[in-house]
Amino acid sequence: MGWLNAVVQGLLLGGLYALFATGLSLMFGVMRIVNLAHGDLAVVASFLALALVSGTGLPLWVVLVVTVPLFAVLGYLTQRALLQRSLSAGPLATLLVTFGLSIVLQNVLLEIFSADTRTLDGGSFATGSFELNGTISVGYLSLTTFLLACLALTGIQLFLSRTGLGRMLRASSDDRETANLVGADSRHVYGIATAIAFATVALAGLMFAIRSSFDPAIGPSRLIFAFEAVVIGGLGSLWGTLLGGVVLGVTQSVGAQIDPALTLLAGHLVFLAVLAFRPQGLLAGRTT
Amino acid sequence: MTISQMLTTRATAAVDVTRAARSSKLSAVALLIAVAVLTALPFLVFSTVTDTLVNLFVLVALASMWNLLAGFGGLVSVGQQAYIGIGAYSVIALADLGVQPYLAVPLAALTCAVFALPTSWPAFRLRGDYFAVGTWVIAEVYRLLVVRVDSLGGGSGKGLTGLSGIDQVLRGALTYWVALALALATIAGCYLLLRGRLGLSLMAVRDEETAASSAGIDVRRAKQVVYLVSAVGCGAAGGVITVSSLSVNPDAIFSVQWSAYMIFIVVIGGIGSIEGPLIGAVVFFGLQQLLSDYGSWYLVLLGAIGIAAALRLPRGLWGLVRDRTGLSLFPVGYFVQKRDSDVVS
Amino acid sequence: MTLLSIRDLTVHHGQLRAVDGLSLDLAEGEVLAIIGANGAGKSTLLRALAGLNPPTSGSVHLKGRDITRFPAYMRVSEGIALVPEGRRLFSSLTVEENLLTGAYRRRPGPWSLARVYELFPWMADRRRQRAAQLSGGEQQSVAIGRALLSNPDLLLIDELSLGLAPVIVGRIYQVLPDIVATGATALIVEQDVSQALRVADRVHCLLEGRSVLHGRPQDLTAEQVEQAYFGIGAETAGKGRD
Repeated sequence: MGWLNAVVQGLLLGGLYALFATGLSLMFGVMRIVNLAHGDLAVVASFLALALVSGTGLPLWVVLVVTVPLFAVLGYLTQRALLQRSLSAGPLATLLVTFGLSIVLQNVLLEIFSADTRTLDGGSFATGSFELNGTISVGYLSLTTFLLACLALTGIQLFLSRTGLGRMLRASSDDRETANLVGADSRHVYGIATAIAFATVALAGLMFAIRSSFDPAIGPSRLIFAFEAVVIGGLGSLWGTLLGGVVLGVTQSVGAQIDPALTLLAGHLVFLAVLAFRPQGLLAGRTT
Repeated sequence: MTISQMLTTRATAAVDVTRAARSSKLSAVALLIAVAVLTALPFLVFSTVTDTLVNLFVLVALASMWNLLAGFGGLVSVGQQAYIGIGAYSVIALADLGVQPYLAVPLAALTCAVFALPTSWPAFRLRGDYFAVGTWVIAEVYRLLVVRVDSLGGGSGKGLTGLSGIDQVLRGALTYWVALALALATIAGCYLLLRGRLGLSLMAVRDEETAASSAGIDVRRAKQVVYLVSAVGCGAAGGVITVSSLSVNPDAIFSVQWSAYMIFIVVIGGIGSIEGPLIGAVVFFGLQQLLSDYGSWYLVLLGAIGIAAALRLPRGLWGLVRDRTGLSLFPVGYFVQKRDSDVVS
Repeated sequence: MTLLSIRDLTVHHGQLRAVDGLSLDLAEGEVLAIIGANGAGKSTLLRALAGLNPPTSGSVHLKGRDITRFPAYMRVSEGIALVPEGRRLFSSLTVEENLLTGAYRRRPGPWSLARVYELFPWMADRRRQRAAQLSGGEQQSVAIGRALLSNPDLLLIDELSLGLAPVIVGRIYQVLPDIVATGATALIVEQDVSQALRVADRVHCLLEGRSVLHGRPQDLTAEQVEQAYFGIGAETAGKGRD
């Protein structure tokens, strides 16, 4: 009865993918920036948590509470200092700036932490699990990750739909000039979008770190997952991103059930199939 | 006489349209001399020099191909390493079948065309930035497929057979000439392609896609041609990399790092001109040589320079040179002059 | 009292000098209509006043304060709101959310969501619909409501009648007196000259970025307006071109 188990594991992993992809989707939606350093930022969060845990001995949840807001602030500053300037220098400039950032982050991590593969020890919590009707084993960690991801997505959704600033984010994503006209300072709005993106990426990076091993060069392959989740689900909708993440997670998990070497390939092929047959994504964005 | 004919006649009577600036005739001579010197280089210098220059030529070829794709075709790809990899593995496979490796390089380029045609179908369904990352996924798919083929060495890669019989000095020189030929062919290819009808179409598409298509330009076909040519060029470059390094490793040859290099070179040099990638490649190559002792800090610096260039030099080094001097080595645009010879644009 | 004072304003639209050394004053509580043919510079003027097109030279003062270089969002806080040409509603937002974006930099004043629903009663029932599902006239009303929610001193309305049936246009213009009665001043750009003459206290006619005719509607003859509009007749043409 491995198949059902594979689907459940994939579903839980998909929540994490969705959380990870949210920032990419948000930055693209609001600023039309494809952040090629997105995956590396998650890895930076992983290493930061590792350093904090091994350096200070703080419990993991404290590290989480420190890292996520820190990344939000970093995100805001990165947008104001770096990305905003690249936006006025043309579309290729944003691509090159984020690509450059990706290379810088990867190699700084490599210098500091070496190329060794690391894991973040989550203790008994990370390895514990409970059984559902005897066949499906659900890890506490996977479940917590999934629930946290859903919680974060719900929080962002509420922020976007219920607050004035959130509405301005959506308005800017629809029509930037008119958003300025009704009072949006696009630099601030963009800063907020980037702050949310960085915060979610930090949260996702921490969870990746507890779930699986990581090294300084793993960022780009993680970025691909985020990108696939966004495109599979459809641009411009958080729930689409969740669906995309889940589809990707389940596909990888089921692919691995057939042959472990198929894990990544299965995900890529589903992504390409979506591109070919439903390029607008499974849940088409509300704006299109 | 219709109104449009009348307008055209009047307009052409008022201006001269010329292709070459005066400077480009002079520079053509300089270029010929440079090519002659480069060709003779294996007889003039130690093989260590020519061996390093192979890397420069590969960079020139890759950057020219990426520039053709992004700067003229508007197709910003982060997945050209797919064709570098396919080209490299084609040389390995063809050599296994008994084809002389140097002859396998052009054949590998053709193989890439065969792969690029069906690949363009899903890729072209994506627009803009999503095309960029979509092509990257496609490259990853190719990598994952290649490592599943045991006869190609699986995940650990494979050595090149068929060159062991050739004297080492001769082999170095041959590799150098093949790499030089590749670099010259990509530059010449871009130049000829862009001077022709396709070049005009592409520039129209780049400036205003909707208007271009309503003026009867088959936008999709023009982009497809560019995509194919670029795949062929990158495939040949992959082949040269293989005959130079004598082995191939799937993770290295399909690495997204190649795209980083291409983007870096083209943006630093100046996108949308043939000269840009050349200058960018020389600068990048120089930085590589200068900083290679500093380990990964060299890449940190490279990334930082890329960021700075993107922010400060949106038209690249060549843009800077052209603004100051009006120089053009490979004119693919037109110079329009009023009859009273003051320059209009 | 003068609310808005424009001096020698020049604004470029690309290479084109769309507004050319224009000066005009607007008194509080007044409705000023700018008329003129296509390309006369009307929309560029409004966009410059709203902060979307930076002026090349000249100055704009609002209540005596120099706002020439203010970005668009700061002008909202200063009391300028633009109803842009083509409505430009946020298509993925609902009617109510569109209105609420106008309240993002809300100033103290009479306008609230409830008050806008009073002005356009149909809106309350359809507040959860997406803006994209509305008809052109309904979208125009939402765009006006959105601008009002910031409680502007100066309401700029660009081409209100564009693409709408005359009966709808008439209905929307009916609310203009109510809006002005709450203390707002209106600067409207209108291609429909008769409509503009009907609602405005004063009109300016633009030709190639300059004001070639201005006055109160009742003081202007149809012939004068026509000549200024098309740039014919010795006097106006002489003023319009050097």
